Amino acid sequence: MDKFTTHTGVGVPLRRSNVDTDQIIPAVYLKRVTRHGYEDALFAAWRSDPDFVLNRAEHAGATVLVAGPEFGTGSSREHAVWALQDFGFAVVLSSSFADIFRGNAGKGGLLAAVVPEAVIERLWDLLEAQPGAHITVDLVNGRVQADGIDEPFELDEYVRWRLIEGLDDVDITLTHQSDISAFEAARPDYLPTTQ
Amino acid sequence: MGRTLAEKVWESHIVRRAEGEPDLLYIDLHLVHEVTSPQAFDGLRAAGRRVRRPDLTMATEDHNVPTVDIDKPIADPVSRTQVDTLRVNCAEFGVPLYSLGAIDQGIVHVVGPQLGLTQPGMTVVCGDSHTSTHGAFGALAFGIGTSEVEHVLATQTLPLKPFKTMAITVKGQLPADVTAKDLILAVIAQIGTGGGQGYVLEYRGEAIESLSMEARMTICNMSIEAGARAGMIAPDQTTFDYVQGRPRAPKGPQWHEAVAAWRELATDSDAVFDHEVIIDAQALAPFVTWGTNPGQGLPLSECVPDPAAIDDPGQANSARRAIEYMGLRPGMPLREIPVDTVFVGSCTNGRIEDLRAAAEVLRGRQVADSVRMLVVPGSVRVRLQAEAEGLDDVFLESGAEWRQAGCSMCLAMNPDKLEPGERSASTSNRNFEGRQGPGGRTHLVSPQVAAATAVLGHLASPSDLEAVH
Repeated sequence: MDKFTTHTGVGVPLRRSNVDTDQIIPAVYLKRVTRHGYEDALFAAWRSDPDFVLNRAEHAGATVLVAGPEFGTGSSREHAVWALQDFGFAVVLSSSFADIFRGNAGKGGLLAAVVPEAVIERLWDLLEAQPGAHITVDLVNGRVQADGIDEPFELDEYVRWRLIEGLDDVDITLTHQSDISAFEAARPDYLPTTQ
Repeated sequence: MGRTLAEKVWESHIVRRAEGEPDLLYIDLHLVHEVTSPQAFDGLRAAGRRVRRPDLTMATEDHNVPTVDIDKPIADPVSRTQVDTLRVNCAEFGVPLYSLGAIDQGIVHVVGPQLGLTQPGMTVVCGDSHTSTHGAFGALAFGIGTSEVEHVLATQTLPLKPFKTMAITVKGQLPADVTAKDLILAVIAQIGTGGGQGYVLEYRGEAIESLSMEARMTICNMSIEAGARAGMIAPDQTTFDYVQGRPRAPKGPQWHEAVAAWRELATDSDAVFDHEVIIDAQALAPFVTWGTNPGQGLPLSECVPDPAAIDDPGQANSARRAIEYMGLRPGMPLREIPVDTVFVGSCTNGRIEDLRAAAEVLRGRQVADSVRMLVVPGSVRVRLQAEAEGLDDVFLESGAEWRQAGCSMCLAMNPDKLEPGERSASTSNRNFEGRQGPGGRTHLVSPQVAAATAVLGHLASPSDLEAVH
């Protein structure tokens, strides 16, 4: 995984709350076996409306998605993260993320940063007044910056460290193989096996 | 200070704990299906890794499979590729797989418990959010994403931060016409789709203790819809009786050893939960959803809400949008909502007791001409048992379709779906926009309400039906 220290890009306002992962990527796209190529799937139902914010020319090239509360609820599909990334997003800002989505984002290197609802509103107002405005998300210092805005964001400390260092969870865990084997040796033998 | 059930199970699975790092937890059972595993197996292959414990891993085909003509190749080439990919991966990595046509095939969260693989005190994961179902056994069971699937395949562990604990205490007994499905829909309406975020919910109280294992599974299944990571119910004699004798249950002296350990799996009387919600069982009634998330529900006796009367602007907007998508009017009685499709099935309500309940309502009655009804058993074994009990005859004689096992219309990855504008009463777990097909409108209900709705052609409960003569 690449190291993620800071990102500056065009922001786009998604004035919706409770965006569930069926909206982020409808189930039909989950039939694919590939890891990439999901850019067409992102918000597929909403994007069929020419007026949807991601279809508007003034927000083209956006890499920072600014969304309402409770982003990513519902299904655990990690494809939701892949679709956001394949479309071009590096960061999602919201005042709250559903747990599974937040975890998936961390695995894939999509930054899901929590900022208070009041800051989200200020960012929305800015992006609507100045379409194409840039937002900087500084992972090292933990701050979100834009014209007239400089605020801290919340992120799990371990995830922050892992993203900054560009480290993969499986590699980290495999350095503890002896602990895993020791645990296995002590498991009760009434536990089931599948074969 | 005492510990809660969730804390006890967590602590007994810690492989490694270190300051400033998540706990590394051992996973006792990893369930796999075709949708969230292809990229995980590819990742293993690319890194030259094997599956660490194929004997703690089990796979089944459920999301894509058709529920008719299952002896023919899957018609949709994309679905067929995904299912074939699982077959190739399981063969290559030595993971047991219950394929379409196998007697143990079915929805993953029906198959695990049915085989006796799901047992108290275990950690159970799957690349599917409804893994919370297995918490009904007092297991710590939760959904994971594809990267975590790869991590478990490679290491049989997961790095996790502890969840907070919330008690959902249900006081009193459920009225006769209120099912587990109605109860969990009411809980989600009360605490909201984000109310459980970061928590593992423990369902407690006499009403919970009186429930069968299948009813407990319905409740734990939908914990995720309240935003929770997991839902649990402490194991008791009902649990032990269900597990005993199943193919993968411990036997002989190991059975006694296991039960002795399982009896310790209860929240201590002096344990403190991070939060508690009290539900009055007596006040509950048959419940349905009207909106586009599982928290937008009300008793069937009530009406579509008026967004203008909702104080919170975010919620009012959300209600407005949902009412428009669902093609409803504020103030419209829920019983007047006409329905063209009824689906009985899913990991929420696709087990034998659910089929019995629906059949009991349909016996001697007819599905309305305006309604298409699909009954999809949760597994092949559930289907065979239903047929042995003559339930299939009841469904067919009433005019419903009797299908093969799979996830089916819950999420419309197979051909069973709603056309744009169609409206269903569904015993599944999600009513998001387009969930059952683009433009489809979903009302979540219990099996009893689904069957009564099929007869009358509008949302209804069995009490609305005339006696059969």
